[in-house]
Amino acid sequence: MAIRRGLTSTLAYVILVFLGLFFLVPLLWPVLASLNPSASLSVTVPAHFSLINFQTIITNGLVAGPFGNSLILAISTMLLVIILAGLAAYPLSRYQFPLKGPLMYAILFTSSLPILALVTPLYAMYASLNLIDTLQGVILFFVASALPFCIWLMKNFFDSVPFELEEAAWIDGASTFQSLMYILFPLAAPGIAVVGVWSFLVAWTNFFVPLIILQSQNLLPASVHIYTFFGSYGQVNYGQLAAYALLYALPAVVLYTVVSRFFVRGVSGGLKG
Amino acid sequence: MQVETKRVQPVQMVTPANGHIRRKRLRIGIYFMAPAFLIIAVFMLGPAVWAVYISFTNMSLTGVGAATPQWVGLQNFVQILHDAEFFSAFRVSLTYLVGSALIGQALLGLLLAMLMRHRQRAFKAVLGAIIIIAWVIPDVVAGFLWSSFLAGGPQSILAPGLLNSIVAAFGLPQHAWLQDYPMASIIVANTWRGTAFSMLLYASALEGIPPELLEAASIDGASLWARIRYITLPLIKGSIATDLLLITLATLSDFTLVYVLTGGGNLNTELLTIYQYRQAFQFYQIGYGSAISLLILVVGAILALLYIRVLRVDL
Repeated sequence: MAIRRGLTSTLAYVILVFLGLFFLVPLLWPVLASLNPSASLSVTVPAHFSLINFQTIITNGLVAGPFGNSLILAISTMLLVIILAGLAAYPLSRYQFPLKGPLMYAILFTSSLPILALVTPLYAMYASLNLIDTLQGVILFFVASALPFCIWLMKNFFDSVPFELEEAAWIDGASTFQSLMYILFPLAAPGIAVVGVWSFLVAWTNFFVPLIILQSQNLLPASVHIYTFFGSYGQVNYGQLAAYALLYALPAVVLYTVVSRFFVRGVSGGLKG
Repeated sequence: MQVETKRVQPVQMVTPANGHIRRKRLRIGIYFMAPAFLIIAVFMLGPAVWAVYISFTNMSLTGVGAATPQWVGLQNFVQILHDAEFFSAFRVSLTYLVGSALIGQALLGLLLAMLMRHRQRAFKAVLGAIIIIAWVIPDVVAGFLWSSFLAGGPQSILAPGLLNSIVAAFGLPQHAWLQDYPMASIIVANTWRGTAFSMLLYASALEGIPPELLEAASIDGASLWARIRYITLPLIKGSIATDLLLITLATLSDFTLVYVLTGGGNLNTELLTIYQYRQAFQFYQIGYGSAISLLILVVGAILALLYIRVLRVDL
């Protein structure tokens, strides 16, 4: 029995190592190429490691503008989603009112629609609203597409904070606003962080929407800029491309890591209702 | 206004005396929810309604349809029925969905979650991190990673990517993978990209299974396969249904990874979203492109309804 268990365990490790390699191997190129002044598409250990690629793309202005635009998109989306989802989730979590059940179902339904595929009609609608080639147009669509899922998440996080705590504060003379500020928000902070990171990443990583809606070169976020800049040049500087890709991916990885503990619980708990 | 019958809130007692509190709360509730729902209505449902409208017109970016779009009735939808490239894109999307999401991500995610259950913490942490990085990096970056990984080939002037270096090291023939095996390439790339989500979902579902159940079955002589088949899978079938529907819905709106990887023009890997984009922004047929995106939305809506049915959440 013990031997069999040992065998199964070893076999599991062997399979896992192979699967791990499958996931690891495509990640090697950008790391090594970004540190290699004469990088190609091949994965080679650089003759000498250097940060020159990072230095070049930062000093020749490839990074500041597009990353600034991405930050504007992501931070505006995040703030708007936190505020709007927080406000909307509060009554959904705390009060009973008619049609609340159907409303929650409607939110869940819209949160799972493939809404990001709707860029063609969005373009036509924005042409009528004069929102083509504006950052606010892109932000508003990101906010709208992230809101249903974030309201759902936020409500679940609010539900886990006992209502009695707020009631106790009211009995002690706190106003609704004070009980929100001092009781609910601090206790639901992990949830707010998850919603914030989720909505930040929606905006930071999206490529399709800004590709269609934005036209001015100086408004392009990093996602579209990296594609048009490195995709349209005949002679690609692969080291710089790799460095750019790493810099662009870094905030996503860091932010996810910060909230990962709550993220999985919140998202999977949220998904299972 | 208020329905008294379904009220099962243990915290507050509802008596006529605090009716004004309820009304006040209802008012606060409406004020709190209004901004969010207004934004959703305009900027999310707006494009959907717009899609319905312009898919019945010949709106385009140039020519006659640009200045004054004409009402053309069902013409766009009739055109879809006679459009071989649409059906080709439909087949591509379906193959991609089944191959990369339903088979690739879901099966691999389940396998990983099961195998990782009783492994050492440090090992799990490192492996989990690698898989999750593939999932959190932006789509465009994933596209560039895979085009470098699959680069090269016998006739290519570019340096061989890592995959070709590896097969060469084993003495196997090199390939221009994206040209020779386009569908397999995008399926593997998207499996790589999306497996983490399924893995995380299944890992949290497996945590809910009491270990005594599996131990008891093991003592009774149940084989590993029997334990999986008769204990584990039935207990997590809700999570499996959730996962399959969610990754299906996510894959339906996929565009970027395949577009960056293939440049979008290859018929063998032209997803419906890419076809829609090309019709609208390369051939300037906004009306026709919208009709296609409307079909994607309708399929998504049906699946989303199914998802809610399966979920059967208590609200």
